[in-house]
Amino acid sequence: MIEVAGLVKAFGFLPVLRGLDLHVARGSFLALLGPNGSGKTTLMRILAGLSKPTAGRVTIGGWNLPQEADAVRAQLGVVAHLPLLYDELTAAENLRFYAKLYSLTPGEREARIAAALERVGLAGRANDLVRTFSRGMQQRLAIARAILHQPHVLLFDEPYTGLDQEAAAMLDALLGDIARDGHTIVMTSHDLGRALGLSSHVAILSRGRVGYHGCSREIAPESFAALYADVTGAASTR
Amino acid sequence: MNRTLDSAPNRVLTVLTVVAVLMFVMAVGMALFYAPTDRQGDVQRLFYLHLGTFMGGALAFFIGAIASVAYLVWRGEGWDALALASIEVGLVFSGFTIVSGAIWARPIWNTWWTWDPRLTSAAIMWLAYAAYLMLRNGIDEPGRRARFAAVYGIVAFSSVIFTTVITRVRPDTIHPVVVGPSPQNAQGSFGLESPAMRVTLVFNIVTFVVLTITLIWHRLRMESFSRRVQALKMKLMAR
Amino acid sequence: MSDSIRSTPVPAAAQPRRKTGFWQATLALTAKDLRAELRGRELINAMLLYAVLAVLIFSFALELDREARETSIAGVFWVTVIFAGMLGLNRSLAAEKDRGNLDALLLAPIDRGALFFGKMLSNLVYMLIVAGLLIVLVTILFNISLLVPWLLAVILLGTVGFAAVGTLLSSMTVHTRARETMLPILLLPVTLPIILTSVKASTAILNGVAQADWIAWPQMLLVADVILLALSYILFEFVVEE
Repeated sequence: MIEVAGLVKAFGFLPVLRGLDLHVARGSFLALLGPNGSGKTTLMRILAGLSKPTAGRVTIGGWNLPQEADAVRAQLGVVAHLPLLYDELTAAENLRFYAKLYSLTPGEREARIAAALERVGLAGRANDLVRTFSRGMQQRLAIARAILHQPHVLLFDEPYTGLDQEAAAMLDALLGDIARDGHTIVMTSHDLGRALGLSSHVAILSRGRVGYHGCSREIAPESFAALYADVTGAASTR
Repeated sequence: MNRTLDSAPNRVLTVLTVVAVLMFVMAVGMALFYAPTDRQGDVQRLFYLHLGTFMGGALAFFIGAIASVAYLVWRGEGWDALALASIEVGLVFSGFTIVSGAIWARPIWNTWWTWDPRLTSAAIMWLAYAAYLMLRNGIDEPGRRARFAAVYGIVAFSSVIFTTVITRVRPDTIHPVVVGPSPQNAQGSFGLESPAMRVTLVFNIVTFVVLTITLIWHRLRMESFSRRVQALKMKLMAR
Repeated sequence: MSDSIRSTPVPAAAQPRRKTGFWQATLALTAKDLRAELRGRELINAMLLYAVLAVLIFSFALELDREARETSIAGVFWVTVIFAGMLGLNRSLAAEKDRGNLDALLLAPIDRGALFFGKMLSNLVYMLIVAGLLIVLVTILFNISLLVPWLLAVILLGTVGFAAVGTLLSSMTVHTRARETMLPILLLPVTLPIILTSVKASTAILNGVAQADWIAWPQMLLVADVILLALSYILFEFVVEE
């Protein structure tokens, strides 16, 4: 579903991605790990079409980035560490706005919004201002926004940032649930255990390249930290 | 663009620099000694530099606008450096145009500055390009800085052109026009009666064009070197 | 959890989807902005209060007696509209950027030009609201009626041009250090053609000058509008891409 070959991205003279190769199969859930500065966020921004690669090839669902960005955008849902919602609008109004931007017809709009809110457990709060939402609720609404247009690919960039235990547990359940729908998912995270538990595949970035790529099931949870430290060369594993 | 990045001494540039300096000395000499004294007195001799620097500044800003468009189209680092170099040189020259105009205006118009449309538009042009440099200073990420600067460079240039056109069609300026018909209210007009005056003017304009190109070239090389140093530093740090 | 989404599973094959219509996206954006603003009213209240304060201070500072009013009221009007407009411009894109919403908008399959027009339209509406209040205020406080058809046309043209360039430049200044101070420095020199022609035309119209003597100003204003609007629209794409 996602093919990345020889991807290079430099900011000015500073190369962040240095010839990165990555393959994400349809329907798989890839956890993208790596220390700060390894290029996770940069890679996510390129996959989301927010940033243009300096060199290399990126295709999502057969469409080239950045040339066919509009086709890619239509089949992409993104949840970032910022919720990307409007405080002064209600949950339903936020979703309605994005539904219009994704050209859902007025007929399907309301049903989809109701379903998405139901899905993330916010049906009862549809007409409340986002301002009154807790961080965890905002993040769940952000997920509702991301799945509203039924994208093939979902990108989660550090979705657990700022969530408390309870909210994180809810997000765990929600992500596992969404993964079973057959979306192709890429998620960055700092939390090794959680990432390994949720994902079907794991990729560890190190200095702008993929240092390790493997099946989550084949990795023993207790040895994962050691593997991560080995690949990234980091002393601590956060 | 890559030739300008060569660190080896550039022969063409060396020759050009020598020629520009010699021409400049001669141009000033001609304005001071060769051209006959106008009925305005010696202060009129400022005119040759006044118009010369104006032409130099206008040329530099024009190059800056072209380089800005080129950067957005081709994304070469060199185009960004050229835009920056040109606009800096343009600011220096147009600054000199304004100052020399003020010095000249004091005896002729009896004031350093007047809110004449022409003067105002020159001042605004200077401010717009000063804002260009401020914008560059306010952005840290090099790619974004180059992109935004190019966008602003284009907007500033078109706007300056438009302001100039607007102020030129106004009949209420007191600024004389030497080449072409002078406005009816013009004060301190003079004709270029003698051929020596015309020769001096043409020579001054040519000199300032050469000088502008030379200075932009030098500034461009300086900018390229400093960017290369920056890149090497980054490389060392990334290791 | 509901089964309604699961009943429409993710299509197996990637199918090209149409891009959202230009005007649909533009209007959705403007409607969203206005709806949010109507609820919070932070921006428009600040702009309106600023406008009232500015008119009062001008009337003291310039000692606007009957004669002075006629010559300078157009200038007072435009300076107030422009500075109030900059308050709005500063906030409207900063609000998108600070919560990361600019990214969310860029993620949508919409034309970047629609993003520009959507933002520009909401900025224009704010400025027109301020202008509307000023018209009332000037009529009451100075006994000068600004409800002259030609003047209204000039106000519309002037604010359109200013909102266009302002939207482009504020989308850049939100990324700079000291962005609130950066916007006026960038914006005022390049909008001079618009400000100049608007003020000149308004003054002439208010003073009852013969139309033949001032018609050139709105014409030049229109040309400036077209050029700057087209330029801002084209260049906006280069600002938001990375």
